[in-house]
Amino acid sequence: MQKIGVFVCHCGTNIAATVDVKKVVELVRYEPGVVFADDYMYMCSEAGQEKIIEAIKEYGLTGLVICSCSPRMHEKTFRACAEKAGLNPYMVEVANIREQCSWIHKDKEEATKKAVILARAAIAKVNLNTPLQEGESPVTKRALVIGGGIAGIQTALDIADAGYEVDIVEKEPSIGGRMSQFDKTFPTLDCASCILTPKMVEVNQHPNITLYTYSEVEKVSGYVGNFDVDIRKKARSVDFGKCTGCGECQTKGPLGKIGNIPSEFDRGLKNRPAIYMPFAQAVPAVPVIDRENCTYFKTGKCGVCAKICPSKAVDYEQQDEIVTVKYGAIVVATGFDIINLDKYGEYAYNECPDVITSIELERLMNAAGPTGGHLERMSDHKAPKEIVFIQCVGSRCDDDKGKPYCSKVCCMYTAKHAMLIKDHWPDTNITVFYIDVRTPGKNFDEFYRRAVEQYHVNYIKGQVGKVKPQPDGSIIVQAADLLDGKQINKKCDMVVLAAAIEPNPGVRKIATMLTASIDNNNFLTEAHAKLRPVESPTAGIFLSGMAQGPKDIPETVSQAGAAAVKVVGLLAKDKLKTNPCTAQCDTLLCNGCSTCANVCPYGAITYEDVQVNDHGLRETRRVAQVNVALCQGCGACTSACPSGAMDLQGFSNRQITTEVDAICR
Amino acid sequence: MTELEKNIEIIKEISGSDPYKCMRCGKCTASCPAYSEMDIKPHQFASYIIRGDLEELIDSKAAWKCLSCFACIERCPRDVQPGKLVDATRQIVARQRGGDYLQPEEVPELLAEDLPQQLLVSAFRRYRR
Amino acid sequence: MKYSYYPGCTLKNKAQDLDKYARASAVALGFELEEIPEWQCCGGVYPLGSDEIATKLSSVRALNYAKEQGQDLITLCSACHHVLKRVNDDMKNVEDIKNRANNYCEFDEPYQGETKVLHFLEVIRDVIGFEELSKKVVNPLEGRKIGAYYGCLTLRPGKILDFDDPENPKIMEDFIRALGGEPVVYSMRNECCGGYTALKDPDFTKQRTEQIFDDSTGFGADCLITACPLCMYNLNKSEAKSKVPVYYFTELLAEALGVMEGA
Repeated sequence: MQKIGVFVCHCGTNIAATVDVKKVVELVRYEPGVVFADDYMYMCSEAGQEKIIEAIKEYGLTGLVICSCSPRMHEKTFRACAEKAGLNPYMVEVANIREQCSWIHKDKEEATKKAVILARAAIAKVNLNTPLQEGESPVTKRALVIGGGIAGIQTALDIADAGYEVDIVEKEPSIGGRMSQFDKTFPTLDCASCILTPKMVEVNQHPNITLYTYSEVEKVSGYVGNFDVDIRKKARSVDFGKCTGCGECQTKGPLGKIGNIPSEFDRGLKNRPAIYMPFAQAVPAVPVIDRENCTYFKTGKCGVCAKICPSKAVDYEQQDEIVTVKYGAIVVATGFDIINLDKYGEYAYNECPDVITSIELERLMNAAGPTGGHLERMSDHKAPKEIVFIQCVGSRCDDDKGKPYCSKVCCMYTAKHAMLIKDHWPDTNITVFYIDVRTPGKNFDEFYRRAVEQYHVNYIKGQVGKVKPQPDGSIIVQAADLLDGKQINKKCDMVVLAAAIEPNPGVRKIATMLTASIDNNNFLTEAHAKLRPVESPTAGIFLSGMAQGPKDIPETVSQAGAAAVKVVGLLAKDKLKTNPCTAQCDTLLCNGCSTCANVCPYGAITYEDVQVNDHGLRETRRVAQVNVALCQGCGACTSACPSGAMDLQGFSNRQITTEVDAICR
Repeated sequence: MTELEKNIEIIKEISGSDPYKCMRCGKCTASCPAYSEMDIKPHQFASYIIRGDLEELIDSKAAWKCLSCFACIERCPRDVQPGKLVDATRQIVARQRGGDYLQPEEVPELLAEDLPQQLLVSAFRRYRR
Repeated sequence: MKYSYYPGCTLKNKAQDLDKYARASAVALGFELEEIPEWQCCGGVYPLGSDEIATKLSSVRALNYAKEQGQDLITLCSACHHVLKRVNDDMKNVEDIKNRANNYCEFDEPYQGETKVLHFLEVIRDVIGFEELSKKVVNPLEGRKIGAYYGCLTLRPGKILDFDDPENPKIMEDFIRALGGEPVVYSMRNECCGGYTALKDPDFTKQRTEQIFDDSTGFGADCLITACPLCMYNLNKSEAKSKVPVYYFTELLAEALGVMEGA
């Protein structure tokens, strides 16, 4: 028989305001196995833990039930506390009477009743707990970073500088990401390329960094410290070893410099040929052949690029290659894109070439962009003299078209755009229609005020209702000035839309492979919103940049560094403690049906033939076997097993049914 | 729940719209073709209701100037759909006071020869109960 | 193919052209319009209060009649199209309205939004197809630059009417193209003509229609088409300098199909 101590936490008023803590103590005192029960203001505090340790020693406790917050919050704390007093940490159970009780109920009597029931269930379970021993697993001292934008680049550099090997997988032909498309950055207005390109070069030259560009993660298996990742290196059709990056193939091909495929990098404002480097400073400086659009691959005729390549680097026979690499940690830095604007017909983006997105404007203002940095209308190549910016296009929406969140960076980049335009072309009038101007950040509001006070950018509060292209080629923006109480029909010749940001659409697939959770908006979820912001709840997976939520470059770089530190902290360990709560197969009950292996998300179950003696009858049976190093203790197999052969240590079927019985009692 | 909140619940029920969702972006007012005719602008309907200034809405011209063109309903990013609040205001007037914006006696004088039936039935339904 | 046909009050009276050319064209296109007997006026606008029942019953009866015939229901008038689709959506998705309306109507079996409501143009697009339509054209509208005037009631609310993209529709433009004309796209095409305010504020409606004519003719339209008798009335009353002829879409359809004479 266990000797159980029950400790009920007030959590200040978090629990005590809704749950009668003293009453809980009184009611659980006589539960089977309980020899001690007490309450305290903050059980997790040092004094609270001291109380637990004293009780363990004084009453010779063999099991603990802590009625407090979610085990995700403090299970670790209380297990460590038990261990300190010489108790096996797996003899501790947490009854969550905060998140699952006091925070969600209003009626004190009802909440108290529920708290008692939750405590009873935990007590019933501890009665069946057995001491478990953590195992050990080695750590592969190599990290994978998925995504080669500024987030991935910074994370990789920080890990590499700490002395660990790190690989970057980037699906585009070059690293650089969104930042490489930008012209200048706020609030300092320094050139994006000038600060990014050196980092791209550093990545390329760093002895600890391996780049997989034009590559995608195909499969992930394993667990923290021991991931196996299949990387598909798409056929570049250009031999890395031979290509010198001279660029002849792109400029002297059948279409010369023009090309006939809309350039992804220039957001379709310019064309590129089928063999291309996305931009001049691409890293690596090796082109790829876009096989879907290449005449040679479509018709078997052409082959011009192979003929003109001075180093004979073009290789039409190249095949996709899959490499399998082991990693200890994985960082997701898949970045963002802007939303598709098809649902926003009122802004005439699809109909009018002079209605553009902010990223397109970045390209139009970039000296290396499609117009050589001359801002012009796509319709008639004239310089716009009257420009309207529309904020929050698809952000802060509660309809089925947009996103519910604030995209965070638009207010600042719009102020940036307005000032840059006024700097270059002072005779341009600029109007910004906003809902709220949001500028929290160092030197941010000052930056916005400068746009108003020094550059005379006209800010009008009121979302635009409709953008109306006119017969004369101008555009009328129909809006209202809510502060002055006026409807406005603003005639202009260019409209720039601050389209909402969304996570890179490919992140869903990657998150599924990694079993990393994502929220309703496809942003990766952090392990704890405040205290573990760069870790995924899945051990060994870390988050960097926009994949986790909208943020600007300084914030992205900070988060990238934070993720790197977490990775380094993991890789620095030689061994990791493994979770002892793993599945076990009772080979006498198992009939080898494969149901468990089919549901196991970690590939932890294999089968083997064993000799069994069934009531004197010797026979060979196919039975399941769990690789405890791979098992994460999710329990999928135990609920799927038709014969009840699978059981989870620490969460046995018997423990769970006993808990349910205790609840229903 | 305060008395005011209870009244707002009633409006929510009549309109099927939640004025608390409004973030005052003004896209409705920007879109409104009857802007010049309205003394209280579409985006203000939510705030008048939330403040409890229902009497002012009821006495306003605005409720009767809405064209029911659904531009604000289509474009509202917060799903408040201000046109529905305008309609609810008319309903309250119609239910409490029998609707006084269009009297049957006025009609003969307003009739044009080629006026379509659709116009008359619409006007009666929009202006009266 | 047979359809239950709901003409609505105005098509029996001031908008007879909209009706008669549709009937003639339907024959030419190979489908049949069976007028619902004893249909009642839809009310012209969708009832104001979301909690109202009585004002929805006439639509419910028509919808249930079509269901009993096992036919889809066709309308032509923008207002009827709007009201019938929205009431049908209520009967399908709003439990309270569905229950109360059925309790009152006492049909043999409860009506739960089973009938498919189609605008005449939707039948052309989704059942016949514009390609098929263009094959049946005998008098193509060559050289005609036609502006589609959608107004509000055919398009909005887009989610429920599900007629076309409410901000950037193309069904009428495709229709014009199929008839051999050249569609003129202009931004006022889905903006309100002033609607029923013509009764008490005719000056305001004139401002609206002037903007519509200025915009459409600015883009080169030499005529407009509409599906709405009220839009037709307001556009006709316009005193705009830029005013051009306005036709019901069915009239141009009948013309292109060569069935005007018999209509």
